[in-house]
Amino acid sequence: MALRLTADAAPATFGRLDQPAVRVRDVSKVYGPAGAHTFALDRISLDVLPGEFVCLVGASGCGKTTLLNLIAGLDRPGKGTIEVGEQPALLFQEAALFPWLTAQKNVELALQLRKVPRRQRAARAAELLHTVHLDGFADKRPHELSGGMRQRAALARALAQESPVMLMDEPFGALDAITRDLLHDELERVWQASGLTIVFVTHNVREAVRLGDRVLVLSSRPGRVVAEFPVKLERPRRLESPEVAQVAGDIVNRLRAEVRSHADDSEA
Amino acid sequence: MPTIPRPEDDLRQLDAELAGIDHLDVPVTPAPSGLARVWAQLWPKLTAIALFFVIWQVVVWTHWRPEYILPGPRKTFSALGDAIRAGTLPRAVGVTMRRAALGYALAVVIGSVLGLAVARNRILRSAIASMITGLQTMPSIAWFPLAIVLFGLTEGAMMFVVILGAAPAIANGVISGVDHIPPLLLRAGRVLGARGLAAYRHVILPAALPGFVAGLKQGWAFAWRSLMAGELIVIIAKRPSLGQQLEFTRGNQDYPGLVATMLVILVIGIVIDSVLFGRIERVIRGRWGLVDGA
Repeated sequence: MALRLTADAAPATFGRLDQPAVRVRDVSKVYGPAGAHTFALDRISLDVLPGEFVCLVGASGCGKTTLLNLIAGLDRPGKGTIEVGEQPALLFQEAALFPWLTAQKNVELALQLRKVPRRQRAARAAELLHTVHLDGFADKRPHELSGGMRQRAALARALAQESPVMLMDEPFGALDAITRDLLHDELERVWQASGLTIVFVTHNVREAVRLGDRVLVLSSRPGRVVAEFPVKLERPRRLESPEVAQVAGDIVNRLRAEVRSHADDSEA
Repeated sequence: MPTIPRPEDDLRQLDAELAGIDHLDVPVTPAPSGLARVWAQLWPKLTAIALFFVIWQVVVWTHWRPEYILPGPRKTFSALGDAIRAGTLPRAVGVTMRRAALGYALAVVIGSVLGLAVARNRILRSAIASMITGLQTMPSIAWFPLAIVLFGLTEGAMMFVVILGAAPAIANGVISGVDHIPPLLLRAGRVLGARGLAAYRHVILPAALPGFVAGLKQGWAFAWRSLMAGELIVIIAKRPSLGQQLEFTRGNQDYPGLVATMLVILVIGIVIDSVLFGRIERVIRGRWGLVDGA
């Protein structure tokens, strides 16, 4: 199946290969009033290469969502710099489709906001819905779709942005196991066909190993990258395979150590 | 980075699996036949109306008040027929509806602009949001003495009060509509590039629509009440209106005519509320998936 992300050409990757698609440098973000503030993120740095699939895992309070919001430009870092080229696409845990628009019109709106000429929008949106296997559902409104279908419609809408970078904030967290499994396959296929750079936040370590080229472990309060696990397993991987389980086991151990280190926080 | 293409078989299998789970997952909504649905909505209303007339007739039969003072349905409807044939009632309805339409239209414009400004501007909000709510608690009839001082016994006095009655409700509808937009939708819009005017056009206004329509509906009720109060008080020569008709029939001791006029006022209010706004609300709720079952 042909999947294209720009109207004219089908590039495998965006930008220069040797330059990170996302570059986060010494970014800090503080919440709360001065004095009683907490560090959501503390001098966090990371690079994501073009076409790379990076997963961020961490316990609660590690600022995963804060970091994605900063990269997406929805929030400003207190300190540090973020370089990400054009506006990245962002998928949320909820599909965040506009309830007053059909699936087709949701995608068309994304095209319209990018100033795609009116004549091209309908065909392009249909093509994107086809990419996520929603051919027969273009005229359905979000509430008429299942959770998995809504997430795929949201994925189609995000792809319509034609941004080289896609940020995903626990996008499959609210789905049942079978649907999530299928959407892993689906996302992997879209990613491989498009050459997208993906930053994927999850608290599900197996999911991170199933999907990522690299898994970054964030510490909690303050959020920092404390460990990095390259995942060299061959694709396609299966969530339930022993190899995935083994890598996930290592990461979970690291995460547990991280959580343990907070045991004394309340006494301090 | 290993990006080995998946075997074709695998892809076909994934297609089939996705199609399968979609078929299993799509919410099933039972659609009753058109006629059955209309009847299901109609019979409770018809029963209620029938009951209303029965109770009315029973009260008349008890001779609680002599029948020349409290006429029964039959006398009232014959008076209604007379008033329609004589042309006084149609003319009164015409005058009143023109006023209602003009006043309400102005209130919609003023209320919408005011509401949108207050909803999105922090300073304006802290300055006048509570004042708008306060205005709503003011009985519209209390404005009339001032309106008459300012405008005299004119159309202007009535428009003034109708707008003061309806515009705050409409503004409040806009404000609550905007306040209840899920922040997630605003963020999704921003990521998609909807900023500034585009954000209003594509995200904020459509997302605020349910609240706005609720405000429009409430605004209509306020406008209609204010107008009736106004027409009772501000009587303009050679311009017969429904409110004026109430006053005249009472003065002429034409009590069947009085009750007939009241019926007309009630029916107009109900029809606009349920047929016009009810339909708009149903369409919106249906689109947003806020309807449970039927």
